[in-house]
Amino acid sequence: MSILIPFDYEFFRNGFIAAVIIGALCGFIGVFVVLRRMSYIGHGLSHAIFGGAVLSYVLKINFFIGAGVWALLAGGLIHLISHRRWVGADAAIGVVTTSSFALGVAIISTHRTFTRNIEAALFGNILGITPTDLWIVVITSLIVFCALLLIRRQLLFSTFDPEVASAYGVSTGKIDLIFVTLLAITVLASTQILGVTLVAAAIVIPPVIARYLTRGFHRLLILSPVIGALCGAAGMCLSFYFDISSAATIVLTSTALFVALEVGLWIGRLGHRR
Amino acid sequence: MNPHDHRPGDPHSLHPPGVEERSSDRPSGVPLIELANVSYRYGSSPALDNVSLKIWPGQFMAIVGPNGGGKTTLLRAILGMVEVTQGKILIKGKEPQRSASNRIGYVPQLETIDWNFPITVEEIIAMGFFVEHRWFRGIGEKERRKLHEIMERLHLDGLGSRHIRELSGGQQQAAFIGRALLGDPELILLDEPASGLDIRSRDDVIHFLHEINHQKVAVVLTSHDLNWVAAHLPWAVCLKHRLIAEGRPNEIFNAAVLKEVYSGDLVVFRQDGMVMIGERPHAPHD
Repeated sequence: MSILIPFDYEFFRNGFIAAVIIGALCGFIGVFVVLRRMSYIGHGLSHAIFGGAVLSYVLKINFFIGAGVWALLAGGLIHLISHRRWVGADAAIGVVTTSSFALGVAIISTHRTFTRNIEAALFGNILGITPTDLWIVVITSLIVFCALLLIRRQLLFSTFDPEVASAYGVSTGKIDLIFVTLLAITVLASTQILGVTLVAAAIVIPPVIARYLTRGFHRLLILSPVIGALCGAAGMCLSFYFDISSAATIVLTSTALFVALEVGLWIGRLGHRR
Repeated sequence: MNPHDHRPGDPHSLHPPGVEERSSDRPSGVPLIELANVSYRYGSSPALDNVSLKIWPGQFMAIVGPNGGGKTTLLRAILGMVEVTQGKILIKGKEPQRSASNRIGYVPQLETIDWNFPITVEEIIAMGFFVEHRWFRGIGEKERRKLHEIMERLHLDGLGSRHIRELSGGQQQAAFIGRALLGDPELILLDEPASGLDIRSRDDVIHFLHEINHQKVAVVLTSHDLNWVAAHLPWAVCLKHRLIAEGRPNEIFNAAVLKEVYSGDLVVFRQDGMVMIGERPHAPHD
């Protein structure tokens, strides 16, 4: 059986391209998410978007517009609340995102027509991606990549050393807001592919794996999206041959890589002791 | 006491021992930084109370005082990171512009650094290019040469690809000093550069700072170690919210001033022109 068989199908080709692009994008922005200790925000934002996804389905508006506006609002709210001195970022994320998720659940309970669209928002529908969806993913990813590249110096400085960054003229507040907005856009683009429940894994696991392989920031910024893209590609192929959920396989592929590295290091340490 | 007053050959002149004095170091008409009646409050508690101070080009100065006495706040005020509630701060006689364009380098306390952050020595120093290259512009051959020159000056050549945690305390401090130097500052502010370092590393740090100061960069640091300041720095400021004393350490580090600053009795020894400060042991209980 040729490894290229799945590429005969258009739905697979679209899904494959989307998985690779989203894997790379999540891996890239994930570097900053992990280093800023904001892993919970990816998880939270995807849950917040669920409320927007449900609302856009009920109001019969495009998912990307409805959920997009919702995601930006959620991101802005998290930013606003977390900058109150007495509320931590984790608490702000908890308040905004669970409320939004609850709103989605409440709307579903009143509209008892629970359809595939909502299921796709929850668990992803990578194989059902249309050429239009794919274009939206490509353009969104390009915008986020370019914006992140443009502010990478400010982001690095304000992530590593926020106090000094502000002394050197970095507007750390503005950078935080831009970053949360870009993250909201990334989560939004990824939700259609991976689903609300698995987006956070795609953001967090590749940079964590990359950290095992390098001690430098710039190498991390290259390795993490490469790992994300490779896991996306491998996960898609494996899901075809083993006939399991593509989104889940992508996440499980990266998890397997993480476990393999951890075990390899453990064996290495054991050998070193002897 | 005014820094104009230093005498050639004085072990506590404006220059470290062995460094030739330069006439150009003498304060000119306009101070680099001038704080005029500056006050700042954290809520209801005063951090700075009516502080007036001048920092001259090429000056080498320590700010000493108790914990919470306003040392770090003073540095932050100079950097424009806190807005003073009263008084004004002038940079070269003018109201400060954007903090990045003021050519002031800042080295924070090492305790504030996340040592698990994946970053190499070279990447840390290169952050100093931020002031000039904010956006897409990469680091070219000219910048790379400057980076390596600074690393060489700070004896960090060959260590650029190492993780920052792998360096000694003195080398770590040197890397952050290097980042500050990359913007060609006229003044470097250091927040407790000797804190948590062993004797060898502290010696390395003061050596770097003397070298930098010799190249006409003014250096202002905060410290808790009065003996280190007395041994190595030509000028000190005692701060406890307000300015208690300013002058050469061997002249202002006396029992009366230190009692006012630290609200406790300290023993001051003098030998061969050097001053040493010790704690008074508590009387043993019977």
